[in-house]
Amino acid sequence: MIRVENLVKHYGDVKAVRSINFQVSDGEILGFLGANGAGKTTTLKIMTGFLTPTSGNVYINDMNILDDSLEIRRQIGYLPELNPLYTEMKVYDLLEFTGRIRGLEGRAFHQALSRVIEECGLKGVLHKSVGQCSKGYKQRIGLATAIIHDPKILILDEPVSGLDPNQIMEIRRLIKRLGKEKIVIISSHILQEIEATVDRMVIIHDGKIVADGTTNELMAGFQGQTQLSLSIKGAKEDQLHSLKEVFPDVNVQRVAMEDGLGRVVLEYSHDHDPREAIFQHAVKSNWILLEMSTQRAHLEDLFRKLTVEGGAHA
Amino acid sequence: MRNVKIIYARELFSYFSSPMAYIFLVIFSLFNGYFFTNTFFLINQSDMRALFNVVPLIYLFFIPAITMGLIAREKSSGTIEVMSTLPIMDWEFVLGKYLAALTLVIVGLGFSLVHFITLMIAGTNIDYGAVITGYLGLIIVGAFYAAIGTFASGVTENQVVAFIIGVALVLFFFLMNMLLMFMPTWLSGIVQYMSVDYHLSNLSRGVIDSRNLIYFGTMIWLFLMLTVRLLEMRKWR
Repeated sequence: MIRVENLVKHYGDVKAVRSINFQVSDGEILGFLGANGAGKTTTLKIMTGFLTPTSGNVYINDMNILDDSLEIRRQIGYLPELNPLYTEMKVYDLLEFTGRIRGLEGRAFHQALSRVIEECGLKGVLHKSVGQCSKGYKQRIGLATAIIHDPKILILDEPVSGLDPNQIMEIRRLIKRLGKEKIVIISSHILQEIEATVDRMVIIHDGKIVADGTTNELMAGFQGQTQLSLSIKGAKEDQLHSLKEVFPDVNVQRVAMEDGLGRVVLEYSHDHDPREAIFQHAVKSNWILLEMSTQRAHLEDLFRKLTVEGGAHA
Repeated sequence: MRNVKIIYARELFSYFSSPMAYIFLVIFSLFNGYFFTNTFFLINQSDMRALFNVVPLIYLFFIPAITMGLIAREKSSGTIEVMSTLPIMDWEFVLGKYLAALTLVIVGLGFSLVHFITLMIAGTNIDYGAVITGYLGLIIVGAFYAAIGTFASGVTENQVVAFIIGVALVLFFFLMNMLLMFMPTWLSGIVQYMSVDYHLSNLSRGVIDSRNLIYFGTMIWLFLMLTVRLLEMRKWR
C-alpha cells in the first residue's frame, strides 16, 4: 500500500507539486494522468526516492521514503520517463548487471531472466547491444530491467509514449498481467493510452489533484452532452432549420447542405433522447435518413475540461 | 563492497566497449615511449627518472579525459535516475566508478613496463627500489588526479565542462609549488604541504614517507566524499 500525504515540491520558485494526497492499495493499477508539466513526473520521482519532497510524506508499506529509502528501493521497480539505458551494453549484460544489483545471482538470476525474456518478448535481441534496438524493444528492455526482481510496486512513467499501436497493446497486456498481484502506477498525458488498462485514475493539473476515482465514478460527476449527426436526403434547408422548433429540447448546432444531402449536427442531454422522434419525423416528412450517429461525451472531454480549465471538483 | 564491485565491473566493461580506453592506452603509451627513449640512451643512466618525471605531466590531460564521463554522462543520458533508484548507496556508485577509472590508468602504466625491460637489458647497477617507488608514486598521483576528475565529472552533465574543470583543478595542485615564491612565509609551509610536487618528489627519489601517503590518502578521500555530496545535492529540499 502506498500513501502520499500533502506532497509539495518546489524547484526554486517553481511550484511543481502543491499538496498532493492519494493512496494506492495492493493489486491496484493506478493511472496518473495530467498534461505535460502538471507534476506527474516530479511526484513519481519523489515516490521512487530520486528526489526529496519540499514537504509532505510518502509511505510505502508503512515505511517512510526518507527514512527507509534503501528498503523501499528494493521493493520498487521503476521505469523513468524517456527510458534511459546504458546503450553501449548488450541486452543480456544489462539485465545481468541490474539483476546482480538486485541481488540475483546464479540460478535465481537465470529464473528471473527467463521470466522477463518471456514476459517482455526479448528473446531475439538478447545479444544485441541496447543502442541498436528499436524504440519498442528499448521500452521493453527498460521494463524488463524494472521487473527483473519481481517488485511489489511498479512505477512506470509514460511507458507507452512514442510506441506504435501494436506495441502499446503488448505493453498494456503485460501491465494488466503484472497488475494482478502488484501495485502498478502508470503515468501518461494521453488518456486513451491508459484508460483501458487502469483500475483507477488520478488526474493532476498544475501540481494539484483535480479528480480521483474509477472511470465510472469520474463520469458520474460529469454529465456531458451527447452529439448526434444526421445525413438526410430529400429535405430542404429551411425544413432542416425548422427542426429547432419541432424538437425544442435539442440544441441544433449546425445545418448544411452538401451535394443535395442535408447534414445536421445537434446535441442533447441524456434524459431527452430524441432519436426515435427524429426518425418518426423523417418518415412523416418523406425524408430518407441515411445516417444517424451519436458521439457520447467522453472521458476525454472530462480530462480536457479538468486539465485546461483547472477543474472544479476533486 | 559487493555493489562497488558490480559498478566497477560495469564501468570497466563500458570503457573497453568504447574506443575511449584503446585511444587512451595507445596515445598514453606513445607519449611515454617517446619521452623515455628520447633521453634514455643519451644520458647514459640506468634509471627511469625521465619516465617518472614526464608521466605526471601527461596525466594532467589524460586523467581528466578518462574521468570526464564517469558521472557527467550518466547525468546527461538520464541513467543516473535509474542508478539512484536502485538499492545502492551513492558512495558505492562513486567508488566503483572511481576504481574503474583508476584501473584504466594503472593498465596504462603497465604498458610502460616495456621500458623497464629495456632498462634491465641495457642498464647496469639498476636501483630496483627506486623503480618500484617511482611506479608507486605514479599510481598514487594517478589515484589523486582520478579522484579530482571524478569530482569534476560530478559537477556538471557536460563532459567537456567536466574535462576543463578537471584539468584546471589538477593543474592547480600540480602548479601550487610554483606559487611558493609569492607566498608570505607563514603560508608557504601550508601551500607547500598542499602541493603534489612536494609529496611526489619524495616518492620518485625512492623514499616512502607516511606524511606523503597521508596527504594523498586524505586528498583522495576528500574529493570522493565531495563527489558523493554532489550526488546528494539533488535530494536537497
